Amino acid sequence: MSFSIKKQGEIVVVDVEGQLIVGNRQELKQKVLDELERGEKKFLIDFAQTGYIDSSGLGVLVSLSKKIREQGGELRLANLNDDLRTLFELTKLDTLFQISDTRERALSSF
Amino acid sequence: MAASQLPSPHAGLRVSLQVDIPSDVAYIERVVDLVRHPCAELAFNKHQLALNVPVALSEALSNAILRANNESPDKRVRVRAEVDTMRLVVEISDEGVHFDLEAKTLDATDAANLDREDGRGLFLMRKLMDGVERFDVSGQLSGNVVRLTLTRA
Repeated sequence: MSFSIKKQGEIVVVDVEGQLIVGNRQELKQKVLDELERGEKKFLIDFAQTGYIDSSGLGVLVSLSKKIREQGGELRLANLNDDLRTLFELTKLDTLFQISDTRERALSSF
Repeated sequence: MAASQLPSPHAGLRVSLQVDIPSDVAYIERVVDLVRHPCAELAFNKHQLALNVPVALSEALSNAILRANNESPDKRVRVRAEVDTMRLVVEISDEGVHFDLEAKTLDATDAANLDREDGRGLFLMRKLMDGVERFDVSGQLSGNVVRLTLTRA
């Protein structure tokens, strides 16, 4: 499991490869917060290569969303498969995040 | 005998496993894989393999390691799983203080809880499993046992 970060234009794109769970959530949080501290404002997290997410992983996404908003930025999500979407729907987090079906749609929505 | 009369290759098969781990979240993913594997062999459906089993089990293990055992190097978590063609039953035992499962379960979908960073674990276990029970360990060790049950679909 790992996270890769790259810039596409003015958008920071984070790919979550493997699981986003209690054991690695802090790594994702720190990577995104480092970019936020550098002045980045637009963030996209892409779950195309993600296995499963636990409640700690969901919690980190909620936390990051708040911190990014506080700095006047935006966080968007893309490529949730059926099971990940079910997870967001069960917890109603689909109402808290802007979620796109594809990376391209998410990138063009900023 | 016609092929249609042959018994299912899984009929009568039951897999049991027991895993003991230190109180360290780094072991969670490995334990999930160990339990998920026989579920896949016994043809649990893809959503149960990708969502129900891994997320509910991760939550139960997190609770045992972080909350009950407080990540103590002196305390361990024991996982016992039984899988057959009907269901998965997993018991996660810790060495921590007793807790009330009902009282600890928040409604994660309540508007007041939506932007909380924590509090979704027990809620998700209940949503993703057919049964979630907690009982006390009797005998030498004190602690909790959480039993998760999922009917194969």
